[in-house]
Parts: sequence; C-alpha cells; structure tokens
Amino acid sequence: MDNLTQKPSDNLNIVIVGHVDHGKSTLLGRLYADTGSLPDGKLEKVQAICRQQGKEFEYAFLFDAFLEEQEQGITIDTARTFFGWKGRQYIIIDAPGHKEFLKNMISGAARAEGALLLIDALEGVKEQSKKHGYLLSLLGVRQFAVVVNKMDLVGYRQDVFDGIEKEYREFLGQFKAVPQQIIPVSAKLGDNIANRSEQMPWYKGPTVLDALSSFKKEPGRSEQPLRMPVQDVYKFDARRIIAGRVTAGRVKVGDSLVFSPSNKRATVKSIEAFNVEPLPVEGHAGQSVGITLDEQIFVERGEVASHQEALPLVSTAFRANVFWLGRKPLERGRRYQLRVATKEVDCEVAAIHRIIDTMDLSQQQGSNVVNRNQVAELTIRAKAPVAFDLSASFEATGRFVLVDEYDIAGGGIVTELVHDDQEFLREEARQRDFAWVKGEVGVEDRAQQYGHRAAIVLVTGGRHTGKSFLAKKIEARLVADGRHAYLLDGGNLLRGLDADLSEGERGQAAEMARRYGEVARLLVDTGLIVVSTTNPFGMAYVEAAQAIRTLVHPVPVIAIHMSKVPEEAPPNTDIVLSGPTDFDEATRRILEELKRRGVLAQAIGAKPTFQYSI
Amino acid sequence: MQHLRQLEDQSVYILREAYKHFDNLAMLWSMGKDSTVLLWLARKAFFGHVPFPLLHVDTSFKIPAMIEYRDRVAREWGLKLVVGQNKEALAAGMNPAMGRVNCCTALKTNGLKQLIEQKGYTGIILGVRADEEGTRAKERYFSPRDKHGDWDFRDQPPELWDQFKTTFPPGTHIRIHPLLDWTEINIWEYIMAENIPFIDLYLDKGDGTRYRSLGCAPCTTPIKSTAKSVDDIINELRHTTTAERSGRAQDEGRGMELLRKDGYM
Repeated sequence: MDNLTQKPSDNLNIVIVGHVDHGKSTLLGRLYADTGSLPDGKLEKVQAICRQQGKEFEYAFLFDAFLEEQEQGITIDTARTFFGWKGRQYIIIDAPGHKEFLKNMISGAARAEGALLLIDALEGVKEQSKKHGYLLSLLGVRQFAVVVNKMDLVGYRQDVFDGIEKEYREFLGQFKAVPQQIIPVSAKLGDNIANRSEQMPWYKGPTVLDALSSFKKEPGRSEQPLRMPVQDVYKFDARRIIAGRVTAGRVKVGDSLVFSPSNKRATVKSIEAFNVEPLPVEGHAGQSVGITLDEQIFVERGEVASHQEALPLVSTAFRANVFWLGRKPLERGRRYQLRVATKEVDCEVAAIHRIIDTMDLSQQQGSNVVNRNQVAELTIRAKAPVAFDLSASFEATGRFVLVDEYDIAGGGIVTELVHDDQEFLREEARQRDFAWVKGEVGVEDRAQQYGHRAAIVLVTGGRHTGKSFLAKKIEARLVADGRHAYLLDGGNLLRGLDADLSEGERGQAAEMARRYGEVARLLVDTGLIVVSTTNPFGMAYVEAAQAIRTLVHPVPVIAIHMSKVPEEAPPNTDIVLSGPTDFDEATRRILEELKRRGVLAQAIGAKPTFQYSI
Repeated sequence: MQHLRQLEDQSVYILREAYKHFDNLAMLWSMGKDSTVLLWLARKAFFGHVPFPLLHVDTSFKIPAMIEYRDRVAREWGLKLVVGQNKEALAAGMNPAMGRVNCCTALKTNGLKQLIEQKGYTGIILGVRADEEGTRAKERYFSPRDKHGDWDFRDQPPELWDQFKTTFPPGTHIRIHPLLDWTEINIWEYIMAENIPFIDLYLDKGDGTRYRSLGCAPCTTPIKSTAKSVDDIINELRHTTTAERSGRAQDEGRGMELLRKDGYM
C-alpha cells in the first residue's frame, strides 16, 4: 500500500471497541501496517524479536507501550497513535490493552467521532459486544461500523456472517442504533481491511478503510437553536467577557440572548478574540468564544445562553439513563455532584427505576443501588434549578456526569423532564422577567450607586423563636452601616395586598407566598437588601421559603433558620441558630455571610470600583 | 484550517476549565514548539492575557539560546516566569554521565516536584501530546498525580465528554494536557497559521542540521535536515517515517515509561 506520499492534516478521532480477545490490537496493527503508517523498520524489528523468542508474530505486538501488559517484555514504543489514509489522519484515542477496560473504553468513546466495533466470527456476539454497542449509543457515537473478525477461522462462510449480522442488527434495533456497515474481515490475514478479500466474493460492501473514509466530520450542530453554556466571566482589562463554548447553533453580534435559569437578558455587543483581525461577528457550534454584552447583567458559570424562541428546559429534576463506573455503587439518597455542561450542583438520586441488563436489555426493578459497570434508569434531583435539554434534541446540554467524592463516577443522558412543585412559579417568573419593562438604570448602576448588591435575608423558623427581633436588628444594623435595607414583614401584606384572600386561601401558604415573593422581587429590583421572615406562614415556612426563592431567583437569598431546640432546617439554609440566641453575634455572622456572597463587596464611600463576585 | 481551529477550540476550552477550577495553577514552558503553542493558546483563551505563572525547570544543561529566547519572550509578552532548579542534585554533581534516566529524574522530575511542593501548585498545565510516545497516548486531559507526584496509569478516573477531573484530595495535584490531540504536524501548521514566534534551533541555518525536538544539550541531537522555514518543516514531516523523539536519548529502552510513572512530564 503506497499511502505514504503525503501525511494528511485532516483528523478523525476513532475508537475500537468490542469483546476482549476479539482482535482489537490485531486490527489496529493491521490498519497501521496496511496504510504504511508504521515508523521505518518497526515491523521488521517486532518480527525479529518474535523469531528470536520462537513465537508467531502478531500485529497486536506493535502496541504495547507498557511493559506490564507484556509478560515477554517486548516493549515497542509506537511513538504515534494515528494512521493516515486517503487525505485523513485517524487518531486512535484509546489504545487497547487496559485492565480497566470499560472505564477507558468509555473515556475514549466519549471523545470519538467514529467507532469500529469488533465481533469474533467464531465466538459470535458476546456480552461485551452488546454492552459496547449499547454504550456507544448512550455516549452519542452515531457513526460506527461493525467488523466481524476472524472470518478465516470459520472458512469465510457467508451463513456465519449473516447469522451474526442478523442477531446484532436486531439487538441494536432495540435502541434504534444503526451501524454504517457490517464488514466481514480477517485482521490477521488482511481480508477486507485495506484490500478487498478474494476469499469472500459474496461480500460486496466496503472495506474497513473505505468505511472509515465515509465517516463524516462534525454533524450539523450549527443549524440547531443556540446553546452556549457560560464557562466563566473575565475582567482582565476594560472588557467584561462572557466566555463559553457554543454547543449548538450560532451566536451573532446584535443577538438578543436569554440566560437560563436566571432569565437575564442582554444583547451581544461584540465577539472578542485574540490575534484575529477584524473581530468575528459570529460564533458557531464547537467554537470556544467570548462575548461582551450591551448591558452589565450579572450572569455566572452554569447558565445557558439561548435565543428566546427556543429556550432550554429548567427544573430541579429529570429522568436519565446512567452508566456507573464508580468504585462504590451508586446509592439512592446519597449526595453527588451533578455537572450538566458547565453547571455544577449537588444532587441526589431520587429514584432508581430499573437496572438495564445490556446483554438482553431486560430490566430489573426494585434495586437501591447501581453497581459498577451497570446501566440504570434514574430520577435525579438537584439542589438548585438547572438548565438542560433532552439528549434526543441536544447533545452537549442533554448529558451530564455525576461526581462521587473526587472522581467522575458516572455519566448519563437526559431522557425526560421531571416536573417539580416549583414549576408553575418558575414559569411565572420566566414570563414576568421576559416582559419586565426596564428603565435606563441597570442593576449594576444601582449596585455602584448603593455600594452593595440587592439580596434577601430570609429568617425561617417556628413561632416565638425571635425571627422578627433578629430581622429588625439586621435592618437597623445595615442602615446604620449606610446600606439600603428594608424590613418586609409579611403581616403588613395581610390587610392590604392579601385582603381579597378567603379564609381557606389564608390557611394555605401557596397564594400568600406567591404574592409575598412577587413583592420581594419588586423590592430587590430597586436594589434594596430586603430583610424578612416567614412569620405569616406559620409552620408552612419550608414551602413558603422555597416559593420565595423561586420567585426572586437569581437574587442571592441568605437563609437563617431559628429554633428553640435543634431541628432540621429547610434546604439551602446558610446559618442555623438553635437554642438561646446571641443576637449581636448572629447579626455579625449574617453580615459576614453577606460579604462572602458578594452582596457587601464594597466599602462605603469608595464608589466606582465594584467587585464582581464571580 | 478547519481541523486546526477545532483543535484550538478544544484546547482553549480545557485551559478555561483549568483556570476556573484551580486556584493555584501554573503552566510548564520549556520554550520548545509544543509549550510555546500552549502559551499562545493561553493568550487565545484569556484574550491576550496569561493569568498564571509560567514554570521553567532549568536543568542547567539547556541550550543557551533557549534561555535567551525565554527571557526575551517573557519580557515582551509580560509573563510571570518562575524558574526552578534542583540545586542540591547539581551541587552533588548530577549530570548525564551518571545515567540519563537518573539525570532526568533528578533534574527534571524532581526539579518539577520540588517546585510544585514549594509553591503549592494544585494544577500544572503541560504541552504533552498523545502522538509523541506510547505512555503519553494513554493520558487523560486532566490527569491526577498522587502525594508523591506519581502517576497510576493503570487506574485512571474516567473522563467523559467535556467533563474533567477538577476535584482532588489535599496534597495531590492534577496535570492538565490541552495539547493531547495535537500531532507534530498540527503544531507546525498552527505556528504558521498564527505566525507564532518560535526558537530558530528548529531551523537549518546552513549546516544541514536542525533540532526536531528540544531538550538538554547533552541528550538532544539535531537531525539531518535542510528545512529553513516552517513550510519546509511541514513538508519534511509529511514525508518522514522517523519518530519525532528519536533524537532524545532518555527515550531509549523503557526510559520514558519509567520516567513518566514517577511524574516526568
């Protein structure tokens, strides 16, 4: 094969998977050899070592970077992990031979643009053949060819091949995966790898290398609606740059963007770049970009920018298919870190619906754990709202990983949005924010003028725990310090705004909390630090606090829980005060927390240099 | 061009993830072609700024032109340069004659480990590429090192899509490899496309030789080549079947495998 006249510069990342001993290394060695991609003398050197040791040469011997994998101690430094063929370089992401194969196979396949899946003609479809096929689909590798290897061992018989093809296609069909090709080969003898086999005239399809040539680079993600998860916000110089990777669609100068879940809106002023002249006016899917906005809105990592016509979903819960690779089994109720695109938030597994056996896709129910290398259908519940998509519609924002302690321990794809009890309020907030009429003065202008950001200090707890007293103290202290603070007492709403509510409605927290939240939202929009309590809600303070949070999102809520005896505080509580309270000490702690959260970031008097808490 | 921009986008994404997650981050700069491209990519990622220090582990055996180039670029680009050296080993007379792997371990691996420990870096960005040699082909983008700086290549945590290992126990650190997917040709194509200033030891200046890979003077030999421009280099690489690091003495035998397990770059 004379393929060496020129090394191409186009790349395609591929991964070779399949059951152990079905010939991955041999296929790889053959691909390198037949495309003339081995360094000079490498083949001869390995052959010589084999002769010396009196064993038969195998192409697999070309790939053993680690001595531990070779008892015989033949180390061949391949010095390259790609081969060239017809104007393209194929990068083998993960060389075979690892002990922890599934973990490495998944890490490799997650980066792959295409895959070859090997099945041994003699052994037929084995467990890993199925597992790997299923995982390729789960990982989003849509381009793959099935390579039926070792055809020489079955006398190149078409009926053997047809049987495997039928069985495997049926298996893949259950989750709607379709291979590009199914190719009968002998990697050892070179049949249908680079050269068409003379032994199998009944096969009319492409060779392995032809199949690889037909794999396409980059699917058309730029034609989808825009998704740009915010990665970071930079202020290295006069520019305030929102950095992120466009994962779908296009972002253009002049576009009106919505950031979810905060519902902030702004228009793209510029697309920034280094050593690019003139500056670009558009960024498309796959690009890592930086944009500036016409308005200094407060957005942070984890939010997803989109156009208003096609917003991502927002919820605290979703249903997903997850594969688990952790050392410890995945447990229901245990805390993990969830990462969807750039969002990182604590979560728990609310339900394990079923474990999926990748051998026959049968389902097993009633398990409380998912073991290593198992695939399961779960419901995941996050501590805070997350913007995401269904994986069937968007790749990058439709998948996630779970981190257990320090390591990524599992990955999954979102199959369904799970409605949570905040859904209606969240939708109300979204619609209200989109329609909000803004004046000339922006949030950042107010923050600079006031010397602090808007926030809500919310004191929760049962009756007679000192909530009102503490709230009054905080308000007084803030104002004495020159801050703009206001005590919003729920009782003040009862005779006025809530006067139309029936006795029944007053008995339930829902509507009162909604009105209370909307009033708080108005007040924080004026730039105030609102200090309030859940007094009017009696013991329904947990639900009320959640409703208020949803309605004022993304303004920081500093939550303080007070009780006479130790008890469970509502979710996301920042400061717990139980037993007799030292109110001066409590006030000091709350002020510290306000500083830590970036609300009180600036000394009074020194105006223009406001520090962003990002 | 399209494929270079894709590589660039991925590297920039990785650099930004590193900057976001590591409070005490540094980038290793050997002044070679790869780490110079890496430095350029940092300027791309952070819009002309390099918001972390550049580390150079000086073995004292570097080619003098490399040190001159280092200081000039650092000045021109306003870089924060941190130079580390294993002075103890040098005082004890360590040199390549005492064994190449021993020398690399003492002056480079241990020099780097000392620097990491002194400064408490939790993230180190390096310009290693998967196609350079076998062990690097098995690397992750974010690759953990234990308390001793060692690499457990047999049991690496999974890396999925664009999610990386950014959390780690105290006392350990993470090596970050934004150039993993780049090939030697890609590096030169990018240098040409971006017009990146590089050290001229890579070019033939009339005697028919040039360096293809740069390291310490005693252990790095030039190759026979008449490549006088980046164009020439790319053309030469497209036709060569010799390994890039064939001029690097420490790679012989199982040298790189042993070195990298113990925390070599």
